[in-house]
Amino acid sequence: MKFTLEPRAHTPTWLNISLPVLALLATLVFCSGLIILAGAGVLQAYGALFKGAFGSKFNFVETLVKAAPLVFTGLAVAVAFRAKFWNIGAEGQLLAGAMAAAFVGARDVLPIWSLLPLMIIAGFVAGGLWATLPAVLKLRYRVDDVVATLMLNFVMFYLMLALVDGPWKDPLSGYPDSPDIRMDAEYPILLQQTRLHLGVLLAGVTAILIWLLMTRTTLGFAIRAVGENARAATHSGLPVKRVVFLTAVISGGLAGLAGVGEVAGLHFQVMASLSPGYGYTGIVIAMLARLNTLGVIPAAIFFAAIATGAETMSRTTGVPVFLADVIQGMSLIFMLVALLFTKYRIRLRGSESMYEHT
Amino acid sequence: MNQCTNTHEACTISEVLEQVFQVGFFAAMIRVAAPLLFATLGEMFSERAGVLNLGIEGIMLLGAMTGFCAAYFSGSLWLGIAVAATTGIIFGVLMGFLTVTLGLSQHVSGLSVTMVCSGLAFYGYRLVFGQPSQPPNVKAFEVLSVPALADIPLLGPVLFNHLALVYVGFLLVPLAAFLLYRTPWGLSLRTVGENPYAAASAGVRVAWYRYQALMMSGALFGIGGAYFSLAQFNAFTFGVISGRGWVCIALVVLGRWDPWRCAVAALLFGAVDALQLRLQSSGIIDLPYQIFLMLPFVVTVAAMAVLARNARAPAALLIPYRREER
Repeated sequence: MKFTLEPRAHTPTWLNISLPVLALLATLVFCSGLIILAGAGVLQAYGALFKGAFGSKFNFVETLVKAAPLVFTGLAVAVAFRAKFWNIGAEGQLLAGAMAAAFVGARDVLPIWSLLPLMIIAGFVAGGLWATLPAVLKLRYRVDDVVATLMLNFVMFYLMLALVDGPWKDPLSGYPDSPDIRMDAEYPILLQQTRLHLGVLLAGVTAILIWLLMTRTTLGFAIRAVGENARAATHSGLPVKRVVFLTAVISGGLAGLAGVGEVAGLHFQVMASLSPGYGYTGIVIAMLARLNTLGVIPAAIFFAAIATGAETMSRTTGVPVFLADVIQGMSLIFMLVALLFTKYRIRLRGSESMYEHT
Repeated sequence: MNQCTNTHEACTISEVLEQVFQVGFFAAMIRVAAPLLFATLGEMFSERAGVLNLGIEGIMLLGAMTGFCAAYFSGSLWLGIAVAATTGIIFGVLMGFLTVTLGLSQHVSGLSVTMVCSGLAFYGYRLVFGQPSQPPNVKAFEVLSVPALADIPLLGPVLFNHLALVYVGFLLVPLAAFLLYRTPWGLSLRTVGENPYAAASAGVRVAWYRYQALMMSGALFGIGGAYFSLAQFNAFTFGVISGRGWVCIALVVLGRWDPWRCAVAALLFGAVDALQLRLQSSGIIDLPYQIFLMLPFVVTVAAMAVLARNARAPAALLIPYRREER
């Protein structure tokens, strides 16, 4: 018995809704096996995870704070992938943006009112510029964007390490991290006694703006047209290369804004541990959101919730905190499979030969 | 050793050369290159069949963990290597299911496999060992001097005074070249990576070849990972791989998808790494070591830009193959 995948003419609504839910359930079932291995109760562990993510005002805020950079990197990837610019480089672009923000935020000569806007602009520009490199390589030299953007992440990471361990080292702390930004360059706190900062709000607003850009503007239309069929886009007179280039700038800029938020809202400096792979997680989030820019918000909150909740779960039930990584990875795999079956159906075939073309 | 006090260039260069022409330098170069060779050849096979396997980093990490556990509890290092390879094969099959059977995007599938594998590696290690203050270790592989050959002056200590795994790694290069270029299997594999439709019409089972390549790559990733936990560090730590899998992706591009050139790329990386360590410890140059760590990635991007026109990746790389869609 052989099976083939056959494209669906149209997807019934119930499948569109039930398959992602099924994927989530499958993830939880798979991971409950791991919880049992750890000798804990499945329901207790998941309960603790949920409570840790949403159980109190403090926990919920922590989840939102963690979701903010993921919204930005998720948007960055979603926009890029829409144009089939395979940007795996959000991590490096995030670091570029963070460094620009940390540099601007520590300048004493700048008037106070200009600090935050300048940091945001600098972060966007730095991330965008760093993304133009693989874009130019792709468009002019036909260099594969997957590998180029991946490689450039490490270039930026080691560049940052070299700087904070050398000329940019904080003379006060003596650790390999950059000098702190000025107090006035910090994002204001939105909710007293929590870490809820302006960047969280900005992440939500940006998601809506990018959604408007993608669905309501000519550029957004061009980006999607180029991604869906570059040849048709060329024939209809779209400047395909310019569109891809602009997409790269926007995508890199958005990733850069993730870095701005981490510097201005949380760490107030850059150091090696600034991003625990937010750029890579952004890819997962964009995929979970099916490249829908508004869908990025719930996907990012889901991921952030698992990361914060896992800490509590680990403390109260003894299940290792790394369950979060497994849940995140497995949910992506199951979701990819689920999404495939919204577009294709399985057709079982009897004893037909393998070599036969249909 | 005479320290170079002035920064006169000629002086620095002669001192750098002095560091290079030492037996220890060449031995170190080979030592650094060996584990990367396993993973690089593995990645080369899967890319030659048309699948970019970004699961490399995670599979290496998981192989390092399972291999270490097996060796720790059985006392046999070679069993550890076998378990690591088996782990790799399992996740090679998963990668094949996602990218070949289902035809999903290769980079997203690869990253998700890396995510799951890293998560499982850390999770599994915590389950087995908890949070010990002193990481448990195994008695690592010992240096295996080749009798007689190791006594040759200069060449002996450089080439024939290594861990057994190092020899295995370097013997894999001619083996891989033979498999790829001199066997019908290799011809089919290359055709599958260049033009799967032509391969299929010649009666080659495209999906099966891609699965085989992915299983091979998984096994080699696993062994490459276990090299670190069983030969290099004799313990599993969370930073045991720390990006070396991604280095191998770079080495495959630099090696232009050819086993011999991949070996040269790995040796070059080993040379840069060995030189960097020596220059640091002798205090000759004052460049931050991160610049050296950055080097393979910069060189890869530059090489891709220069070579892109004449040495291209396998034509069907990243493109899923569906019989019914032509």
